[in-house]
Amino acid sequence: MGDSKKSTRRSFINALIGGGLIGWMGTLFYPVLTFLKPPKEAEATVNSVKAGAIADFPVGSGQIIKYGRTPVLLVHSEDGSFKAFSATCTHLDCIVQYKPELKHIWCACHNGQYDMQGRNISGPPPRPLTPYKVNIVDDQVIVSKDQAVA
Amino acid sequence: MLNNVAKKTFSWVDERFSLSPLIQFMQHKKVPVHRHMIWYYMGGVTLFLFMVQVATGILLLFYYQPGISTSHESIRFIMGNVKFGWLFRSIHNWSANLMLFFAFLHMFSAFFLRAYKKPREMTWLTGCLLLLFGMALGFSGYLLPWDELAFFATKVGTDIAGAVPLIGEPLKELLRGGTGVTGATLTRFYAFHVALFPAIFSSVLILHLAFIQRQGMHAPSYFEKLPLSQRREIPFFPDFILRDTLLWLIILNVLLYLAVFWPVEVGLKADPFTPAPAGIRPEWYFMFMFQTLKYIPGNIWFMEGEVVGVISFGLLALAWLLVPFWELKARPNWRWRPMNVIGVVVVAYIVIMTILGYSV
Amino acid sequence: MKKADTLCALFVVLSLGIGIMSPVQAQDRPAPSVASDTSGTVAPELPTNDECINCHLDVEEVPPDFLKYDVHMKEGLSCVGCHGGDATQDDEDLAKAPETGFIGVPSKADIPKLCGTCHSDPTFMHKYQPRIHTDQEAQYYTSKHGEQIVKGDTMVANCVSCHTAHGVLPASDARSSVYALNVPKTCANCHGDPDHMKGYGLKTTQYDQFAKSVHGVDLLENEDTGAPACNDCHGNHGALPPEVSDIQYICGTCHVNNMDLLTAGKKDWSEDEVDAHTCTECHGEHDIAAPNDDRVGVNDAAVCMDCHDEDEDAFFVAQAIHNDLTGLVAAYDSAQVKQQEVVRIGMDDVDIDYVLKDAHQKLIEARTQVHSFDSLKVEKKTLAGLKLAREAYVLSIDQIDEHGKRREGFGVATLFITLLTIGLFLKLRDMARQKNS
Repeated sequence: MGDSKKSTRRSFINALIGGGLIGWMGTLFYPVLTFLKPPKEAEATVNSVKAGAIADFPVGSGQIIKYGRTPVLLVHSEDGSFKAFSATCTHLDCIVQYKPELKHIWCACHNGQYDMQGRNISGPPPRPLTPYKVNIVDDQVIVSKDQAVA
Repeated sequence: MLNNVAKKTFSWVDERFSLSPLIQFMQHKKVPVHRHMIWYYMGGVTLFLFMVQVATGILLLFYYQPGISTSHESIRFIMGNVKFGWLFRSIHNWSANLMLFFAFLHMFSAFFLRAYKKPREMTWLTGCLLLLFGMALGFSGYLLPWDELAFFATKVGTDIAGAVPLIGEPLKELLRGGTGVTGATLTRFYAFHVALFPAIFSSVLILHLAFIQRQGMHAPSYFEKLPLSQRREIPFFPDFILRDTLLWLIILNVLLYLAVFWPVEVGLKADPFTPAPAGIRPEWYFMFMFQTLKYIPGNIWFMEGEVVGVISFGLLALAWLLVPFWELKARPNWRWRPMNVIGVVVVAYIVIMTILGYSV
Repeated sequence: MKKADTLCALFVVLSLGIGIMSPVQAQDRPAPSVASDTSGTVAPELPTNDECINCHLDVEEVPPDFLKYDVHMKEGLSCVGCHGGDATQDDEDLAKAPETGFIGVPSKADIPKLCGTCHSDPTFMHKYQPRIHTDQEAQYYTSKHGEQIVKGDTMVANCVSCHTAHGVLPASDARSSVYALNVPKTCANCHGDPDHMKGYGLKTTQYDQFAKSVHGVDLLENEDTGAPACNDCHGNHGALPPEVSDIQYICGTCHVNNMDLLTAGKKDWSEDEVDAHTCTECHGEHDIAAPNDDRVGVNDAAVCMDCHDEDEDAFFVAQAIHNDLTGLVAAYDSAQVKQQEVVRIGMDDVDIDYVLKDAHQKLIEARTQVHSFDSLKVEKKTLAGLKLAREAYVLSIDQIDEHGKRREGFGVATLFITLLTIGLFLKLRDMARQKNS
């Protein structure tokens, strides 16, 4: 085998190793770097959710917001205060709503009623709604888990 | 051009740290070439898989949050929300299993090739310790996702640890961080898994590798008996290293295949108040012991069956650890070497018990 | 000397070890428990100086429904309170002398009046329970049972038929015969007995029908006290079957939206038309089954065609409603099937689940809108539901695609690893050849 053939073969092998190595490093570093970049939802368990600006929640109305994976009812009461509760009715899991004319929370499925402390006051629901904490920071409404409740 | 840069860098470092003697030593190190040579690679693969574990483990540390209300959720988060989180977690899980498999292979090949003989007794001892701590790493890591199966497996496993006579109960409490398996256990196992055991493992590993480097690779006795001129050898650097790398690349590909096509599931979150689900079992590397315990009757003489089992395994493990010191020599009129018989019996027992554990 | 040293050292280490370990073990010992009354109430004891009770217990002539913790007994109203007599006399003749006011076993027709002597007196009752109702007797006489009893019918229910005579418990007590879960059985004691009900022209299948109905299953099997028992629709003491025109108000106490839609949509209907569309016409009375989309439409199973003809507007409305509902159900089902595939291949389905829950909510709302008998209202809801079902479907497809991308990525990585492997292998062979040459 001639020297020139040997050297071309050698350089081919080196190129193969070099190219393979670079490609392989790419398939190694790309996943590692994208892994380290924080995802949109920065934390595993949701400890607080930015619901929106105060202006997004008119007085005397309630809205369902997505708290991690659970629906939460956020109510802007007539007296200006914000209240938040788990939106899943404790009877048969329908989604509750705020009724401005009753000034408390109502479940359309079987007429269950809850007061503004989340207590079940009428109808089939057997347990109160879990309350959530609401804080206003810079005109933004922040909903978080009520740590006082287990 | 790259060559020039490399040469310049090397001489810069060499001027300051005098690497040349080290390089010369490494270049002179030879690896025996013989028909049992393939087993030389098993240790390297185990080492490679340990490095993969450390790397993927460190990556997982960026997102894992220990705690009964965050462990399971952060694993779910890693699997679902973090880019390639599923990949690194699955690799970490599969690599753990493969590492222990190759560790067993490596240990049994060293056993059958009788590499534990003088002067390599300490290499064997440190190796056995590495296997023990490898299994401890596996056991502690298994609990960290805080899923149902892991919770009950830990409960059963620590219960068995409690069967050790005299120190069993305090040992169980020490492991669990309390009387039951709770958040305290999780925190404790986290400390074991990411700090204590890796530190001990790495230290013993350095010793193990240092011993091998100092003493050279063991070769079978027929090779040692050959005259020097007839012994085929290849240099450790770069030949053996390149072959190692080749094998490591293939193993890496196998790992990737397993991680992509058989990703690890998230499972149900542990709930201490639900009864144990059907089919709790330990990881496969504990299965043979677990299955053995199942066959031991409830009471033997005045002792509880479980205690007898634990003591027996303890004694057998001790015997195995001390093999270099009590090795039974072969007699000329015996058909088989006694150590080979022992080895085959042990391997067969482990394999059969493991299979039974999964089929019954 | 050395041996003794070693032994001493061993002894010290062992004792240290045991010494350290024992407090750990001591913590395991349970603290001595304080004897506690877990019942929360004092066990009822019968009064010891009541000769009626003492004598009847002695001769073992105790009424079968007698309970120690009967609510009257607990308040101190013993036998004498209803039957009269003198509880201080242990001699039977003296105890039951006419002067004592002893009446023996009251006649069935007299029972409501007897109970009413206390229970219709607010001043008296509010001493025991300030908020208790005192109109039961008056209500009773408006009921069918009350009407019959004044005519001399002794087969109808009186107070003790439901409440028992000697084992009266508050309705909130789970052991009471009038506790929500026990009410259907209590009513069925008479209303389910064909021999007892002979001659009244009433069916006796209500309990069986109810037990199979969606309310019955919820109440009796799931033990949901939010579900209606007999008295929730028929009333307690003024028990009457609700009139057809009043039914929606009864059902509407829980099913508010359905009632609102029914009443709102029928302002310009004739009385007969209204009567033909009340709740029980389509859903039944005691055998109310879980709603089924096939019951509205133009097929055989649909109730609409029981009255309507094919050339009426109603035909097209029913058809449209049915198609809208089944269309959404089909979209929801196929989105669910895709979700199952996502779960099967091991991908994350939590966000898909959230959207599907919303879609299901829209389905429930659409089915409620059926009660407006307006297909456009139903369509509004089903369109919103279809949008959500499609969103969930797309999310599932995304997950499945991601799953596929992983395999492609694996292929790329394998390619580079293979190239590198081949390169290394060739390099090794080359190096070996070099050595040989």
